[in-house]
Amino acid sequence: MTTQASHNAMSSSTADSASGAWLAYSAGLPVMVGVLAVMFGWHIAVGAKSLPLSTVLNALVQYDPTLFDHMIIRDLRLPRAIIAVLVGAALSVAGALMQGVTRNPLAEPGILGLMAGASFAVVMAIGVFQTVPTVWLPWVAAFGAMVTAVVVWLIAQWAPGGATPLTLTLAGAAITAFLGALISVAHLLNQETFEQLRVWLAGSLSGRRVDVLSVAAPWLCLALGLAMVLSRKVTVLAMGDDVARGLGVRTGWLKVQVLLCVVVLTACSVALAGPLGFVGLVIPHVVRLFIGSDYRWIVPYSALVGAAYLLGVDIIARLALRPQEIATGIMTAMVGAPLFIHLVRQRAS
Amino acid sequence: MSESISSRSIHSSSRLQGESLTVGYDAAPILNDVDFQVPDGQVTILVGPNGSGKSTLLKALARILTPTEGQVLLDGQDIHRSKTREVAKKLGLLPQGPVAPEGLTVRELVAQGRFPHQSLLRQWSSEDERAVNDAMTVAKVIDFADRPVDGLSGGQRQRCWIAMVLAQQTDLVLLDEPTTFLDLKVQVDLMELLVQLAHQMGRTLVVVLHELNLAAAYADTLVMLRDGAIMQWGAPSDVFTSANLKAVFDLDAHVIRDPHSKRLICVPTSAPEPAQHVEVGVRIA
Repeated sequence: MTTQASHNAMSSSTADSASGAWLAYSAGLPVMVGVLAVMFGWHIAVGAKSLPLSTVLNALVQYDPTLFDHMIIRDLRLPRAIIAVLVGAALSVAGALMQGVTRNPLAEPGILGLMAGASFAVVMAIGVFQTVPTVWLPWVAAFGAMVTAVVVWLIAQWAPGGATPLTLTLAGAAITAFLGALISVAHLLNQETFEQLRVWLAGSLSGRRVDVLSVAAPWLCLALGLAMVLSRKVTVLAMGDDVARGLGVRTGWLKVQVLLCVVVLTACSVALAGPLGFVGLVIPHVVRLFIGSDYRWIVPYSALVGAAYLLGVDIIARLALRPQEIATGIMTAMVGAPLFIHLVRQRAS
Repeated sequence: MSESISSRSIHSSSRLQGESLTVGYDAAPILNDVDFQVPDGQVTILVGPNGSGKSTLLKALARILTPTEGQVLLDGQDIHRSKTREVAKKLGLLPQGPVAPEGLTVRELVAQGRFPHQSLLRQWSSEDERAVNDAMTVAKVIDFADRPVDGLSGGQRQRCWIAMVLAQQTDLVLLDEPTTFLDLKVQVDLMELLVQLAHQMGRTLVVVLHELNLAAAYADTLVMLRDGAIMQWGAPSDVFTSANLKAVFDLDAHVIRDPHSKRLICVPTSAPEPAQHVEVGVRIA
C-alpha cells in the first residue's frame, strides 16, 4: 500500500521525473521501515498467549526479568521475530540479485538449487554425526549451497549453448529434485533421526535457534550490506554482459561477489528457518511492479518487503489454527501465491 | 592494397589501434594477425561476409574479447591491461541486439551510461543529469523518456541504446550491427545520426554493418574483412568496387553511382543472389 502511494507520487511528477522518482522512492523507504516496525511489534504480541502491544514495548525498552510476560517476549518471541525479519530480507535480496545477474525472472535460491544444497548438507551432517553443534549449521549449509551452486553452473555450462538462464534453471530444478530424493531416502532409512528434522525441512521459524541466530546474524547483515553496495552494478549487468563490460564493469568478478553474497544469505536463512520457498521468487517481483528495474531500489525494498512479508505470514501461521501452529514454509506459499496472482492481474489490467 | 596505404597516410592520428591481433582458438583463429588503426573523428564501417571476423575485431577493440596475440592500444596504453572503468570513460560500446530489463524506462536506461563516471562516493550529479538529457535530445528519445523501453518500436529502442552510449560521453564509440532488423527508413535515420555524431560532434565511430549500400553511403573509411583478415581498407570511392565485392563477398554486382546523391550503390547481377539473405538469419558472429 505504501509502495503504491510512492508509485503514484512518481507518476504524477512530470517536470523532473528522474529526481521525482528518486524522491518518491527515498520517501517510501522510511514508510516501509515504519510498516516493518509495526509488523514486528504485532508479531511479538501474537501467540499462544496474546500480549498487549504496550507490554511488548515495555519488555523491549524496560526489560523486567521478574515478569513472566517479559521473559516470554525476550527469550521466545523476540528471537523468532528477528529471525523472521532477517530470513525474509535475506531470501528476498538473494532472489533479487539472482534474477538480476542471471537475467532470469524465475531465478531464486530455491529454484537454482542453492536451498536444496544447503538443506541436503544439513540433513547429511545430522544424519552422519547425529548431533551437530548448532553454531556450525550456517557453515554446513553454506558449504552445501556453494557446492550446489558450482555443480549447477557446471552442468549448465556443459549444456549446448552454455550457462543461459534456461540451462541454469533446468540444471537447478534437476539438482533440487535429485537432492530432494536423496533427502527422502535418508529420511526413510533413518526415521528416528530425521523425525526431528521434519518440521525444519518444511521451513519453520519455531525452532528458536538463538545460538544459530548469534552466529548467522552478523554474516547476514554483512551480506545484505554487500548486496546494497553491488546493487548499482547489478542493474548494469542486467542489461547484458557485453553492455556491462562496455560500461566498465568487471563482470566475472561481480558475478563471483554476487554468488558469495547469495550463498551466505541462503545458507544463513536455511540454517535459521529451513528451506523457505516462494519468498525469494515473489518478493522481488512484487517490488519490481512498483519500483521498476533499478536494483539500487529493488535491493533495499526487497529486504524491507520480504521482512514484513515473512513477519505477516508467521503471524498467520500462528493464528490460523491456534494454539496449533502451521509450518511457516507452508504458509509462505499458501498466502503468497493468491496474493501474487492478484497483484499481477491488477497491474495487467 | 594501395588504397589502404593511402588512407593510413592521410589519417595520421589514431587513438585506437590494433597491433597484429590474433583472436580465437589456436587451430582456427577468427582474426589472424590483423593490424588496424581507427581514424579519429570519422565513421569507420566494417563489412564482410559472415564469419569474416568483423564483429570479432570490434569486440577485441572494445576489450570484450582478449586477443591471444597482439594488443589493442588506446592512447598508447594496452586496453586489456588498463582499468576497465577508465577505458569506459574514453570508449563506448553498443553490442549487437542488447535487451533492456523489463520495465526499465528510457531515462533509466540512458542513465546507466553514466556508470563509469560514478562511484560509491560520487553518486548522481547535475553533470550526469545534463549528460543524460543531452544524449536523449541528440538521439531524439527525450519525448518518451519516461516510458518503458520494452514497449517501444525497434527503431526507438535502438536510439535509446545509442543515447545510453552517448551519455557515457566517450570520444570513441563502437557499434555492432546497430541497424539489424530495422526498417530501411529507420536504418537510414540511425546512420544519419551516427554520421552527425562524428562530423559535427567530433566522435570517432566504428560500426559493424551488414547492409553494403548503407555502409558505402555513410562510411568515411570502409574496411572489408574476409577469413579473419582485412582485405580492403579506404574511402568507399576507392574500395567499393565490383572487383572487391567479388573478391571479398564472392558477390557478382555492378557498382554504380547514384546521380542525385553521388553515392555508390551495388546492384547484384547474377540471378537471385540468395547468400546475402539466407545468411542474415543464421548469423554467427
